[in-house]
Amino acid sequence: MTIEVNTPTLSPLSADARSLRPLLEWLARRAEPVAISLGAILAGLALFSIFIVVVGKSPVDLFKLMYTGGFGSWFSIQNSLSRAAPLLLTALCVALPARLGLVIIGGEGAVVLGGVAAAAAALPLVGSVSPIIVLPVMAIAGMIMGGLWIGLSGFLRHYRGVNETIASLLLAYIAIALMNHFIEGPLRDPASLNKPSTAPLPSDYMLGNIPGMDVNWGLAIGVVACIVSWILIEATSFGFAARIAGGNVRAAQIQGLPVGRLIVGFTALAGSFAGLAGMIEVAAVQGSANASLAAGYGYTGILVAFLARHNPLAIIPVAILLGGIDASGGLIQRRMGLPDATVLVLQGTLFVVILLCETFYGRFKIFNPDLWKRPALSGRTA
Amino acid sequence: MMEETGIGIWGVPLAIFAGAIRVSTPFIFVSLGESITERSGRINLGLEGTLVFGAMTAYAIAVMSNSPWLGVLAAMATGAVFGLIHGWICKFPKVNDIAIGIAMMQFGLGLAFFLGKPFIQPVAPHLPSIPLGGWSDLPQIQSALNINVLFIIGALLSVALWWAFKNTRVGLILRVVGDSSDAARAMGLNPDSVRLLATAVGGSLAAVGGAYLSLFYPGSWNEGISSGQGLMAVALVIFARWNPIGCFLAALLFGGAGALGPALQSVGVTQGYYLFYAAPYVLTLVILVATSSPTRSLAGAPGALSITK
Repeated sequence: MTIEVNTPTLSPLSADARSLRPLLEWLARRAEPVAISLGAILAGLALFSIFIVVVGKSPVDLFKLMYTGGFGSWFSIQNSLSRAAPLLLTALCVALPARLGLVIIGGEGAVVLGGVAAAAAALPLVGSVSPIIVLPVMAIAGMIMGGLWIGLSGFLRHYRGVNETIASLLLAYIAIALMNHFIEGPLRDPASLNKPSTAPLPSDYMLGNIPGMDVNWGLAIGVVACIVSWILIEATSFGFAARIAGGNVRAAQIQGLPVGRLIVGFTALAGSFAGLAGMIEVAAVQGSANASLAAGYGYTGILVAFLARHNPLAIIPVAILLGGIDASGGLIQRRMGLPDATVLVLQGTLFVVILLCETFYGRFKIFNPDLWKRPALSGRTA
Repeated sequence: MMEETGIGIWGVPLAIFAGAIRVSTPFIFVSLGESITERSGRINLGLEGTLVFGAMTAYAIAVMSNSPWLGVLAAMATGAVFGLIHGWICKFPKVNDIAIGIAMMQFGLGLAFFLGKPFIQPVAPHLPSIPLGGWSDLPQIQSALNINVLFIIGALLSVALWWAFKNTRVGLILRVVGDSSDAARAMGLNPDSVRLLATAVGGSLAAVGGAYLSLFYPGSWNEGISSGQGLMAVALVIFARWNPIGCFLAALLFGGAGALGPALQSVGVTQGYYLFYAAPYVLTLVILVATSSPTRSLAGAPGALSITK
């Protein structure tokens, strides 16, 4: 079939249709991930609706509430955006290594230790140094800590052959134990009685809100991080080399690409984003490092990254969508008497169905211009 | 307390021993389940969801029927269903078994929390334990030797599985499929069906681990019931080199390492208490680093397993 396409025979088509063909091919290739993802989301919502009907509630009411709670008013939109902000960064922690073929699931560890490192770095400076210097120092401390933590998984993967999924998971548990050790011990503020924390940041040292919004700067930082990551992967030679190594390590090595440095560099960068999420949680939300750092952002980030198919730009809408679903949980609980875990069931269902639908890639002729027959071109394109 | 019994410093090893048995039981079941699945050449990272859903099911059924053993059976059934879903999805091309595991974990946790909400308050009957410490007058020894039945079943099961992998037809089929899909097809076996069944059996064993958590120790149902036992199963099985008796010993070691912190705290050591919680994870990581190599896959690893390549 492909031979037929590539043979330069005289086409019965008008010049008009022939000039359209590259555009249609481009459209078809771009439409595949969008169409399959949307189809998967619809299938997931349908399955979830069946579940809601089985437990005796109306899925229509539920989806209406979900919209109201997530995006129905300026207040709820701001709420959703606030919840999306850390997910942007923790999703990058999964998506960047995934482009190299690595499955990193321990972003939670980089978040909590990034937060602790940021709080620890601020301690000796608060009061004597200006916030304009302290906040970047905190960010750098959080990023270095997160980068080291996830970079270690990449290092062990390449140089010791240790599976990165298991290593990053183990490191996440170790990180949470370390966090508990520091906030209960050496870094504990004696004034924090019920909830052990580090010394609170004075309010003028906190990372404020984006002007005109009740959303902190973490959202803007996350969006910029996603755009920068996209440019890095799609438009630089570093990103190109990483994509080759992700496709075939042996081929990349034969080409002389520094696979080890790529793996360590990408995992460290990914971890530094998650560490930054921890720093923002401390500097903009909590005001100190405490056990609330382990709120599961690292694990929800895995879901966001897979739904976005590890495309940093797609992470932005997916994170906002999941932030909205998350934000509507309270409203669903109050109005419909459903448990707060309802949103978890929805997230889990969507996650499973979307991964299942990966199997449909390349199965539909309409998205594969190589399989198009010439005469079909004029009429049937969509 | 020490003066009363004269047990003194021996309290620490005794507490570690009792703690090891108490903490290790869920690890035994979940790692035996995962070893069966991984021996068939597939990895199920979703056992954490299966375990928590099993804990919820066992507790709910035990509350409603007043029989803990019925709870365990119901948990096994739901665990098998979770395994079947995982195995069914993974047989499609281009589907990543590791990612599906993470997704099934989120799905299982969400569903368990959703359906388990009404069962946080009621009290379920506990699973029985066997008092083996009757010969001693010391209450600590008596309570330390109060061995739960599931631990004993788990120990017997690990020996039985070790024997079955080596000596039975089913064990051979499982190992062939795990080492090479092509060799299995040449023998007329369908690798997908074998893996489907192996994942279902693995899921039902993981659910027993969950039932232990909700019906014996800590013996209640809430959303924080698991501290990652299901996730650790994957590391444990690698640690045990896919050997069921190794799984049993590794689970005991994990339990002992996990009991180290509380045992030391009970005799007054409070410095660095939280660091002891990291002990099992550090131990696993160190052993993985020491035994892995970038140029060959792990010794004893099933050839078709994605995670050791």
